[in-house]
Amino acid sequence: MAVTSIGARVVRKEDHRFITGKGQYTDDINRPGQAHAVFVRSPHAAATIRRIDTSAARSMPGVVAILTGEDLAADKIGGLICGWMIHSKDGSPMKAGAHPALAHGKVRYVGDHVAVVIAETVLQAKDAAEAVVVDYAVEKPVVDVASALAKGAPAVHAEAPDNRVFSWHLGDKAATDAAFAKARHVTALDIVNNRLIPNAMEPRAAVGDYDSGNDAFTLYTTSQNPHVARLVLSAFIGVAPEHKLRVIAPDVGGGFGSKIFIYAEETVCVWAAKKVGRPVKWTSDRTEAFLSDAHGRDHVTRAEMALDENGRILALRVNTKANLGAYLSTFASSVPTYLYAPLLSGQYDIPAIYAEVDGVYTHTAPVDAYRGAGRPEATFVVERLVEVAAREIGMDPARFRARNYIRKFPHQTPVIMAYDAGDYDASLKKALELADYKGFGRRKREAARRGKLRGIGFSSYIEACGIAPSAAVGSLGAGVGLWESAEVRVNPIGTVEVLTGSHSHGQGHETTFAQLVSDRLGIPIENVSIVHGDTDKVQMGMGTYGSRSGAVGMSAIAKALDKVIAKGKKVAAHVLEAAEGDIEFKDGKFSVAGTDRSAGFGDIALQAYIAHKFNGQELEPGLKEGAFYDPTNFTFPAGVHICELEVDPQTGDVTIEKWTAVDDFGVIINPLIVEGQVHGGIAQGVGQALHEGAVYDPATGQLVTASYMDYRMPRAEDLPSFVVDTTVTPCPSNPLGIKGCGEAGAIAAPAAVVNALTNAVGHEDVPMPATPQAMWRACRKAAQPLAAE
Amino acid sequence: MYAFEFHRPTSLRQAASLLGKAEDGRLLAGGQSLLPMMKLRLASPGTVIDLGAVPGMTGIERKGRSLVIGAMTRHAEVETSPVVKEAIPALAHLVSVLGDPAVRNRGTIGGSLANNDPSADYPAACLALGATIVTNQRRIAADDFFQGVFTTALEEGEIIVKVVFPIPSRAGYEKFRHPASRFALAGVFVARRGGEIRVAVTGAGDSGVFRWHEAEEALKGRFAPKSLDGLTPSTEGMNSDIHADAAYRAHLVGVMARRAVERALRR
Ligand SMILES: Cc1cc2nc3c(=O)[nH]c(=O)nc-3n(C[C@H](O)[C@H](O)[C@H](O)COP(=O)(O)OP(=O)(O)OC[C@H]3O[C@@H](n4cnc5c(N)ncnc54)[C@H](O)[C@@H]3O)c2cc1C
Repeated sequence: MAVTSIGARVVRKEDHRFITGKGQYTDDINRPGQAHAVFVRSPHAAATIRRIDTSAARSMPGVVAILTGEDLAADKIGGLICGWMIHSKDGSPMKAGAHPALAHGKVRYVGDHVAVVIAETVLQAKDAAEAVVVDYAVEKPVVDVASALAKGAPAVHAEAPDNRVFSWHLGDKAATDAAFAKARHVTALDIVNNRLIPNAMEPRAAVGDYDSGNDAFTLYTTSQNPHVARLVLSAFIGVAPEHKLRVIAPDVGGGFGSKIFIYAEETVCVWAAKKVGRPVKWTSDRTEAFLSDAHGRDHVTRAEMALDENGRILALRVNTKANLGAYLSTFASSVPTYLYAPLLSGQYDIPAIYAEVDGVYTHTAPVDAYRGAGRPEATFVVERLVEVAAREIGMDPARFRARNYIRKFPHQTPVIMAYDAGDYDASLKKALELADYKGFGRRKREAARRGKLRGIGFSSYIEACGIAPSAAVGSLGAGVGLWESAEVRVNPIGTVEVLTGSHSHGQGHETTFAQLVSDRLGIPIENVSIVHGDTDKVQMGMGTYGSRSGAVGMSAIAKALDKVIAKGKKVAAHVLEAAEGDIEFKDGKFSVAGTDRSAGFGDIALQAYIAHKFNGQELEPGLKEGAFYDPTNFTFPAGVHICELEVDPQTGDVTIEKWTAVDDFGVIINPLIVEGQVHGGIAQGVGQALHEGAVYDPATGQLVTASYMDYRMPRAEDLPSFVVDTTVTPCPSNPLGIKGCGEAGAIAAPAAVVNALTNAVGHEDVPMPATPQAMWRACRKAAQPLAAE
Repeated sequence: MYAFEFHRPTSLRQAASLLGKAEDGRLLAGGQSLLPMMKLRLASPGTVIDLGAVPGMTGIERKGRSLVIGAMTRHAEVETSPVVKEAIPALAHLVSVLGDPAVRNRGTIGGSLANNDPSADYPAACLALGATIVTNQRRIAADDFFQGVFTTALEEGEIIVKVVFPIPSRAGYEKFRHPASRFALAGVFVARRGGEIRVAVTGAGDSGVFRWHEAEEALKGRFAPKSLDGLTPSTEGMNSDIHADAAYRAHLVGVMARRAVERALRR
């Protein structure tokens, strides 16, 4: 069996398990004596709870218990938390209302948790949940930022009387205003970044289990970061002490951010398990997922760009109102602030930037990180402005971008970030060739003969990944550090287990992480297993989001591997009877420099454990090393995506004809997996641009798009075969040179699509999602000289 | 789903008698409309009577100038039937754009017609082709059968047994799919048989499938897309929702009608 090197296209090891139906997801886990939880959810967006009458429900068949917010309060269980403190311009801390796991006196969105019914079967729990009578005094809701900020709007929480959670800013206002004052040209846009519902294939689920013998809890849950869940549930919510709470996130079927957060349902399941003395299981149905998974995006933005007479960008001014929903979810406050505004420089050398962001409460589901988290919103603002600015001054949009690209690294932007490496011209050049940009005019004319409007659009995106240096995020208000941990356990015969604090929920860590170990230790990839997702096995970790598992998680593994090799050299020195300094390790062999004496990795592992050849007092037996890796900077993946599409002006139907993606992800461990991530990301980005949009009814606060009958997901048939390529500038900020690739597609795609659509119709008035109806209207507005069919 | 009683009769007579006796009985055909409603607890029949074991309710047959399709015939069978493709290719095309493969392999024509979803495809074909719906009790002309949103002429206890389609000389169906559900946002079936031209519209109207008489008149002059140029039904009576307002739906009906005529002429 051969060594698998970094850079090889290795087929995913975990897929055999998934494809043959042997995955173990949370819903596959059943504990002896388990009871089932169903939540009574609010049918109203805003109401005061006058009374909850559970008497009829309690006597229904199979009912074990019915618990409400009062029971939680009586047990002194704390509310859910938001782990990132944002301070307003005036220095005041953000105004957060309480977020009880079961409502206390008020409900604030349709789907809010009012009570939990625990019964022998799911159906019995459902029946009883329907029999719980809640007396609501219904109030008027506000579902969008404009109405929430209007004078006299009802306050979602008394703590934020005007519904403003924070009024935050970043950048130099005076310098920005001064640049605008002397600008030759100003491009201004009003932008709505549509609200999205994550729709992971596996819905959320939780099983709470309590062992009274040891007074210990186990929570099986659909989590991207089980250690953070344990920390929050123990230290803040207080359901169990940290050392008595084991959190297991087994196979997880997609998260896209929505499974980072610590939710009411899992909190209730652990707590209730002790209360009723039985394991308690809850699995979300799809309707609940639509209503209560944290949503994404939902910004309303006014953005302006100032240019000089040579088409150089002088400054950027951005004002954003971000809908945060009814409660602050775990990282809600960081997404429209520090994950957003620091990316507003894009790939461009912009001397002055000023951004203001208001975080706003509304009577809607909480909004938090969703694939890209803040960076898609920033990229959309920058790339729309750049495209429109180029059109307005009559310059080719590719040339305009190139004129403003950053070319010297490191580059300090005016908004926190210090870009460490990149070659934006290289990506643009390659993308223009692959997309046959020169031939576009011909293709457009040919399409016009068929009655179609053809358009082309660019997105020259950047993202900040690998989040992030702990001290840096700490200074920005994060409640946690964002390092990662790894432990490499070498077994006596030289097989290896890696325990990682990263968590795979579709990313293929079992393959790429094993590939790194195989490469470094010179052992077959089959001899490596990756362990993650269990707080009793992995001591501590920060989980997976923000494209951090390669850059940060694998760097921790690399660090631990270095220590394993160093220890192996010590053992080898005794075995090979040479000085430690003369031992070399290469291709899976320890050898004495300048001789033919050597020992294989497996032999040395065995010697480390039998410990016959060395003095156990001078050298510890065993071969097991751990490492914590804290990155020195964010990483900055960047690239150019080009979308070419056609619009049918008769119906508004859009077909994507060609997609070209050239990304710089730094060093790539496994191109097959990277391409998969890019494909999925583009599909989600196209989903945002053309199809997906959460709609709340403004009068009632009902979620209109609460099923697939109304919420339109992207489909395979909507997409062409992508042209995906890369350029490489290794990341100088981590030992592996990795930048990260998990979110790039979703970040790049929306602007590329909308730039292509506006190019096709010849004006800028195209909303997201650009549904057929919206595009039909946009075509009519354009009044293209195309004859009716 | 709520609990219910389940029966699987082996004759039409038995099915009818079970249906008559049950207090709130519902027939089950392919289950592609009924079961989702039951799972969402939006439908809660006390008794479910499965037609799956009733003999003589499936099959496709050409009988002289008619095509006869048994009520329990699956969508996929109609889609792939050489008999249908020969007699009324537009019908095979219609089914090919209905739902997805899973739905087409379970769903039935009888279930679709009895359900009469205002955005379903089959009702447009029945109305435009002047089909006759044959039940265990009588024969009902399509013109009389569809009576509004999820409403038909079927009486309590009545079971659709088969559908008889007169074979047209020309027919075409064009559907603009609802972005999310894939039902018809606007679907238009045009058919010409001798001097008779019928145009049926589904998905767009607020009271279900309807005949667009203005278009029928226009096509009498010449059966060509051009005859419909500039013709759009009134927005009055058009459906309106987040995906398509009345003006857009009305416009789509016009476009789909022209394209349906084009398709009808293509053969
Ligand atoms: C995901 C999805 C997508 C779909 N897309 C489309 C689409 O694009 N276009 C479209 O037209 N449809 C679509 N459908 C609906 C599909 O065509 C259904 O199969 C059809 O509407 C019902 O047929 P069924 O055999 O499944 O009936 P069932 O669901 O079993 O029954 C439906 C109703 O008809 C009654 N019924 C059934 N058979 C008879 C009978 N012989 N006599 C009297 N009453 C009877 C039942 O009692 C019930 O009330 C879709 C369905 C799904 C789930």
